[in-house]
Amino acid sequence: MPGLALLTAPIALFAAEGEGGGGLQFPPVENLVIWPDWFLADTPFAFNKIAFMSLVAFVVPVILFLIAGRKAKAVPTGLQNVMESSLDFIEVQVIKPAIGPDGMRYLPMLMSMFFFIWIGNLFEIIPTAHMPANARMANPLMLAIVAWVMFIGVGVKHHGLGYFKEALFPPGVPKALYLLVTPIELLSTFIIRPFSLAVRLFANMLAGHILLVTFSVLCITLWGFQILNIVNLLSFPMLVAFTGFEFMVAFLQAFIFSLLTAVYIGGALHPAH
Amino acid sequence: MSALSNAAAQVIAQAGETGAVDPAAAKATAGAGSAGFAYGLAAIGPGIGIGYLVGQAVQAMARQPESAGQVQTTMFLGIAFTEALALIGFVVFILLKFV
Repeated sequence: MPGLALLTAPIALFAAEGEGGGGLQFPPVENLVIWPDWFLADTPFAFNKIAFMSLVAFVVPVILFLIAGRKAKAVPTGLQNVMESSLDFIEVQVIKPAIGPDGMRYLPMLMSMFFFIWIGNLFEIIPTAHMPANARMANPLMLAIVAWVMFIGVGVKHHGLGYFKEALFPPGVPKALYLLVTPIELLSTFIIRPFSLAVRLFANMLAGHILLVTFSVLCITLWGFQILNIVNLLSFPMLVAFTGFEFMVAFLQAFIFSLLTAVYIGGALHPAH
Repeated sequence: MSALSNAAAQVIAQAGETGAVDPAAAKATAGAGSAGFAYGLAAIGPGIGIGYLVGQAVQAMARQPESAGQVQTTMFLGIAFTEALALIGFVVFILLKFV
């Protein structure tokens, strides 16, 4: 393809001209998966940057809610107002459509899940951190296991072992079709659900992180080439725009994770529909 | 596809010179070539699906603005389910390329 050759020609130029190897120098992929321990190295309690961000994501909402709830007034002002509207958001957007009016008792769990994921995700665009806590598989996997145990537990609590019968042998299906339906339901409800829940959050945050890294590397590389620096007029606004986009994705993924957890809990609570 | 087979041919040619196939190099070459295809193919279906889904949601919201909130929640749910396939494709890309 001659067009492709034209496209790659300037990159070959970079490689020839740049100092210290030149070209687009991406950080090695090990930077994503190997994090130096800060302290307690080589123990199960090893503490690194990801653990620190997870801890912040856990502590910040706790402090915010404690301050907001300490002097609660009937007519909320300031911080209390903000936290109450976030509660209202979870109630109206997540619990009411997904579980129904009897789902309010799951509000604390969904609320803490939402805030933990959201603040963990926000580290993606906070300068000096620039790495979402949920771009390591451990965090989403743990949250997905919590959601998995929760919806199975709710089903067993409210319907006994009949929950598994309802889930695996949905009523109104011809007897012979159970040969086909039951394995599919088993796979999709009890295995693929937690897996896709975890992978959705993990892959979204990792993809966003890699996207931002790509554009940053591009901008830095172009900065060193006098005439090609003009391209920065395009690529730098794209970097800014993608940062804004990732701000939205961070919120959206936290929302979708808590919404899906609520949908699964709702499905276990009212298996009829 | 030709780029992939060219690269593979290069590895084999090198093997001809040294007399042995380096399995790590062959795996890395094939992995890098197929990683792009894996993600590209995985993006087609969800792309069409999300486009259709959001289009229908916009239509529903335009016809019945009073139900916009409910349609929006359901739309995000549908997007989350559809998008999972593309994201699994992305994970496969990472696995093929780097693992």
